[in-house]
Amino acid sequence: MTTKYTKDHEWVRFDDSGATIGVSAHAAEQLGDVVFVELPEIGKTFNKGDDMAVVESVKAASDVYAPISGEVIEINQAVVDDPAQVNADPEAGAWFVKLKPTNPADADGLMDAAAYKAFLATI
Amino acid sequence: MTSELKRTPLYDLHLSLGAKMVEFAGYEMPVQYADGVLKEHLHTRAKAGLFDVSHMGQAAIVGPDHETVARALETLVPGEILKLGAGRQRLSVLLNDRGGIVDDLMVSRPATDGRLNIVVNGACKEKDYAYLDARLPAGVRLERFDDRGLMALQGPMASAVLARHAPDAATLKFMSFTEMKIGGFDAVVTRGGYTGEDGYEISTRGEDTAKVAKLLLGEAEVAPIGLGARDSLRLEAGMCLYGHDLDEDTSPVEGNIGFVIGKRRKEEGGFPGAERILSELANNPSRLRVGVRPEGRAPAREGTEIVDMNGAKIGVVTSGGFGPTANAPVAMGYVDFAHSKTGDPVRLKVRGKELPATIVDMPVVPHNYYRG
Repeated sequence: MTTKYTKDHEWVRFDDSGATIGVSAHAAEQLGDVVFVELPEIGKTFNKGDDMAVVESVKAASDVYAPISGEVIEINQAVVDDPAQVNADPEAGAWFVKLKPTNPADADGLMDAAAYKAFLATI
Repeated sequence: MTSELKRTPLYDLHLSLGAKMVEFAGYEMPVQYADGVLKEHLHTRAKAGLFDVSHMGQAAIVGPDHETVARALETLVPGEILKLGAGRQRLSVLLNDRGGIVDDLMVSRPATDGRLNIVVNGACKEKDYAYLDARLPAGVRLERFDDRGLMALQGPMASAVLARHAPDAATLKFMSFTEMKIGGFDAVVTRGGYTGEDGYEISTRGEDTAKVAKLLLGEAEVAPIGLGARDSLRLEAGMCLYGHDLDEDTSPVEGNIGFVIGKRRKEEGGFPGAERILSELANNPSRLRVGVRPEGRAPAREGTEIVDMNGAKIGVVTSGGFGPTANAPVAMGYVDFAHSKTGDPVRLKVRGKELPATIVDMPVVPHNYYRG
């Protein structure tokens, strides 16, 4: 299972059941201590690039964009109940939502881990 | 980051402590260190935190005697300055002719006759100094201390820590100041601060600031604290940040800091904008700064609209975020006077939704000052 990344620091992991999405370790570190996460409702649909979730630290709020188009089929209530998970385990346990992709071509524009690492070096 | 940004005497120390530096008030300042805002905030409330506030403006107003200098300053501020005792400090506001606040500042009276020391906001200091230069009468002048450093040591253990190096610090009264030696270095130490905790502000010669900072950071209870936690601490303490919660259109009555207006001054007037301010005191202002407590976990940031139960706009959040000690979102803002009563239900427009909130008293986290 490969993890793909966006320039807005979301990650996406595809498997047979759908696409699991979260924010990258880099994003979590930049945000600092996360104190609030807002997730969309199950059944909601997004186009690639839409505001999908919100993550806030003590000082700042950040939007999380849908990295692909799809319908929300699962949300991770654990990160809402304990937002600090986003800092502790950003790229695994602290996933945000699972989408059922509606446009397979969306995945083509995403970066793999090596490309994302190279991208981080440029910012 | 451009090369025009100024640096405080603690710049190199911040870098060596792993600070993340940002632009603030024209300076490169630490927004946080390795521990991060949340831990720095909680550390300050539990033990003691050291803050670099050297960007703030330290100056004195100087004239032939106290009465002349105090009366000169009283033409620009609404406070009782004439009766300010030697060794005492108080909060005041520089007013414009519309009764709006040019800046909030600390005024203190040293033992030397004919001097008042002031500390003004870093982002306002050039504006303030120009205003003072233009408005002070002949024979009274402004003297800047641009080469001095200023630190704040804040938290319940601040007194025990500082007393190890300067025993007189332990019994210094709240909002009083005195000269003392800290580890052999000359310092002017004031009891007070901007966190709601017991603590001190420590002014030293610029060349001594880093040495005194290292001495204090060498104590087990003390951690360096950045601007991020400074903001969340003052927010929980209900204190205003100039440029956000106070500005040139806002009067001290609207700002809910009416205590800066002296009793005699209310009777005599004679400060800029007195007509407006005295009228607001008599008849209530049209809007008032209040605490706002969102009911859920979602922070309401600066600029968030405050609406009544019918969705009509009644105000705006001027400072808001998450309070680590309150373990909840904390905000303050201005609402129409009719909606400013403690306990009144309001709603906050956050990302298109109207979230329930309540008007609350400030501070949200009780002050913990030394009253000995």
